[in-house]
Amino acid sequence: MTSLKQIKSSTGITMETIATTTTGNVYVDNPRMTARNVNVHYGDKHAIRDVSIDIAEQEVIAFIGPSGCGKSTFLRTLNRMNDTIDICRVTGEISLDGEDIYAPSVDVVPLRARVGMVFQKPNPFPKSIYDNIAYGPRIHGLTRNKAELDDVVESALQRAGLWNEVKDRLDQPGTGLSGGQQQRLCIARAIAVSPEVILMDEPCSALDPIATARVEELIEELKQQYTIVIVTHSMQQAARVSDRTAYFHLGDLVEVGRTEQIFTNPSHKLTQDYITGRFG
Amino acid sequence: MTDHQFKGLSPQEATLRVEASLKQRRKREKRFRLMGLSAVALALTFLAVLFTGILSKGLPGMFQYYVQLDVELDRARLDPAGDLSAASLYSGDADALILEASLASIGEEGRRKLKKALRKMVSSGASIRLIEYVTDNPEQLGTTQPIKFAVDDDIDSFLRGFIQRETPEKDRRINDLTIEIVDKWEQLGLISYEISDYLFFGSASRDAEMAGIKGALIGSLLTLAICISIAFPLGVAAAVYLEELAPRNRWTEIIEININNLAAVPSVVFGIMGLAIFIVTFGMPRSIPLVGGVVLALMTLPTIIISSRAAIRAVPPSIRDAALGIGASKMQVIFHHVIPLAMPGMLTGTIIGMAQALGETAPLLMIGMVAFIVDIPAGFTDPATVLPVQIFMWADFAERMFIQKTSAAIIVLLAFLITMNAAAIALRKKLERRW
Repeated sequence: MTSLKQIKSSTGITMETIATTTTGNVYVDNPRMTARNVNVHYGDKHAIRDVSIDIAEQEVIAFIGPSGCGKSTFLRTLNRMNDTIDICRVTGEISLDGEDIYAPSVDVVPLRARVGMVFQKPNPFPKSIYDNIAYGPRIHGLTRNKAELDDVVESALQRAGLWNEVKDRLDQPGTGLSGGQQQRLCIARAIAVSPEVILMDEPCSALDPIATARVEELIEELKQQYTIVIVTHSMQQAARVSDRTAYFHLGDLVEVGRTEQIFTNPSHKLTQDYITGRFG
Repeated sequence: MTDHQFKGLSPQEATLRVEASLKQRRKREKRFRLMGLSAVALALTFLAVLFTGILSKGLPGMFQYYVQLDVELDRARLDPAGDLSAASLYSGDADALILEASLASIGEEGRRKLKKALRKMVSSGASIRLIEYVTDNPEQLGTTQPIKFAVDDDIDSFLRGFIQRETPEKDRRINDLTIEIVDKWEQLGLISYEISDYLFFGSASRDAEMAGIKGALIGSLLTLAICISIAFPLGVAAAVYLEELAPRNRWTEIIEININNLAAVPSVVFGIMGLAIFIVTFGMPRSIPLVGGVVLALMTLPTIIISSRAAIRAVPPSIRDAALGIGASKMQVIFHHVIPLAMPGMLTGTIIGMAQALGETAPLLMIGMVAFIVDIPAGFTDPATVLPVQIFMWADFAERMFIQKTSAAIIVLLAFLITMNAAAIALRKKLERRW
């Protein structure tokens, strides 16, 4: 697990430059995002060590692992949300559609419009339901007039499966919805800016089982259009919604594979111990 | 290890011990509650004493005695030039007409002694009152009209019982003849006790019965207007920069410490600084609301910055994450989310700062806003004084009537402060209700 050379250029990634002990195949044929030798430091703490992984188009990939293993940290590197933390340092290379997102020329604003995010706790803005959804399209100038904006809001709410519940009260505060509705509102808010990738950081951890089931259904539907990366503490959830699963352990990416394979026949001892509940 | 071995308690024993300790705990709780209650009661008592004191002294100060005289509005003598211009009216003979009216009111001819006494019984502002009356009602020239004039402050004090009849004449501020006339006026029903229009519509005056707070009130408003328009934007901008944009390093730390220290600097120091910088160095005039407002702005700035920073820090990080997560820029996060959500807290801090500035005297003394200013200020660069300074000056005057005027002005100041605080609460409630 010792880091070898730092990758200098954004192209020409070869197998030899990747220093990893990850079990399983981290590569896919149709990558939407690629991460190579990613290291994250919080001050002196080495939070992520040499993680390399591909994220395919229109797949759901689940990051699992015990608390503090760095899965959320790694997720947040994918849309540079870690930039807001002063002491956080990211090295290595992460690219979206072949473009290095940590290149100095990259502006995080359009990046985050392309890689949306849904957080652990539902965090609607203290504004109306309509304004919550319309906020993204408004700041990015996606719509030319009110009618277009109305359409965007409606279709986002519809894709999030929330339209029928809120269509009569779009002007009411988003914070007045139930927890599950709030989370779907946040998902609708993320898809209203037409992202390519949606990052979900334990999106159901604050929801009851019924609301969780609704969100999982939603993920199933959204998969048709978006690439979804989901961090979850629930192995059942990972098993239910994801195509591939990545197991993180203390900052290392231990194993990546098809979800069925990870849960039925894990290759690595640590993965096996975790999914059989020996720790976690 | 000791020889004694603790074998544990039986449940019965434990229950007994818990009960015993429970009694003690309840007693302590009761004692503590009583202490708190008595502290609150004591504070409320002080407040009640303060308010009764101010109200009982100040409410009578809102009123004063007037005498109604039938004045002959003689056109030729009031308006010698005949054009109703101020110059013509002020060169007229209003004083003599009022004196004649007062003589007529007691049915007397013009004895010298009587005239002398009467001249001092009606406020020296009576002629101005008469001229104003004529200006407002020119059609009444040539008729005789009953007009109310304020009585001199000594007469007012006599009517209130502060100057006593029993006092020997030589020790009294008014002589026996004057008392005789007052008695006569009272018998004739000419004396009335009414809300003092001078208090609310007059400005500073050496004559207690004519002294009013309008000038000071307007001075206060002008000064506060300058103060808020400088302190609020600057304070909010500084708070936003320090909380959201400033790099965390030694310099920002030094700035932060200094802001906190500035909040504790005695206000008179800001006055001296204002004197040195604005008046001495920049040569700005003394006594003007512009300089006063800037000085008060500097004084309230730390309060506003500190409360605004607290308000910004109270904005949940999840909201920032949400906005950043869909690609809002740093500026958009600040202007669309952080500032609106922090606004109630910022406004509360600002209004508290303004209330502090409204009641401030010391720094304004330093920049000359303590001057005796009769004219009502019309702009930011007119000499002015402010309410607390006016109160301070009145408290210094010897006439008995100024005590009531002082208390009345204090009531007005307090009413002002309570209104501002109520506005702060109402504003916060209104903004918070937006969910």
